[in-house]
Amino acid sequence: MSDVLEIGQVVAERDVHLTRESLVRYAGASGDFNPIHYRDDVAARVGLPGVLAHGMLTMGLSIETLVPWLEDSGRITEYGVRFTRPVVVHPEDGADVRVVATVGALDDESARIDLTVTHADTTVLGKAQVRIRLV
Amino acid sequence: MPVNPELLGRAFAPTPPYLVGREKVREFARAVFATDPQHTDVSAAAALGYADVVAPPTFAMVIQDLTMQQLLAEPDSGIVLERAIHAEQRFRYSRPIVAGDELVARLRVTGVRAIGKGAMVTSEADVTDADGAHVVTTTSVLLIGGEE
Repeated sequence: MSDVLEIGQVVAERDVHLTRESLVRYAGASGDFNPIHYRDDVAARVGLPGVLAHGMLTMGLSIETLVPWLEDSGRITEYGVRFTRPVVVHPEDGADVRVVATVGALDDESARIDLTVTHADTTVLGKAQVRIRLV
Repeated sequence: MPVNPELLGRAFAPTPPYLVGREKVREFARAVFATDPQHTDVSAAAALGYADVVAPPTFAMVIQDLTMQQLLAEPDSGIVLERAIHAEQRFRYSRPIVAGDELVARLRVTGVRAIGKGAMVTSEADVTDADGAHVVTTTSVLLIGGEE
């Protein structure tokens, strides 16, 4: 992790391609087997536009964009998000999620990293902020 | 039954100890597209000073889920899972979760706010290790829709 940070600096970014397999894998790993994350019929019945990625999958993959730059994930002291828009995962085409991590605030001992997480040109997480220790 | 406003302030018994397994951490890491070796390689984790592989930051959700099951099992809660939307999530860490940790969570309901026929329910779970030391506090906001 570089020693000199500036507000507005992009410290990490990546694109993640989600498929239905990603959702089944996350369901198994997390224990969240809500069928709206893998069954089109259930998603349709409850009025959703399609099968949705788990919000916690989006939250989880977003912060993992930052960890290789941070080196030690123990530097993370706080992470919070609002789930503002769902990520619809198409059965054949999947869904592409883009994560950009930017320095949002700085003091001598800590920084706030803001995560911009988008799908189909729409922001899907609100106030996605990570507080990290610098020393 | 609407969400019970008397849930506010309710505290729950500690969850049964959850032993964090190394392969579980690896499985979870793969599921959240975690590429950093500290999550899967014991020697990479050791180089950072950890006793075993380091769980991704949102792994704490697995422990929080045990507490949410306690909340949903309350006979008077009025919380119906089918009408619940996960609105916000937050974690405050003292340290990362590491394979081998034996974790206990204590849930309390810190907010119940009526919104129309539904409610916004905030709950916080303090997760501690076998020594009783704080590991992470998870905060979850659920938006519970009212009955049609």
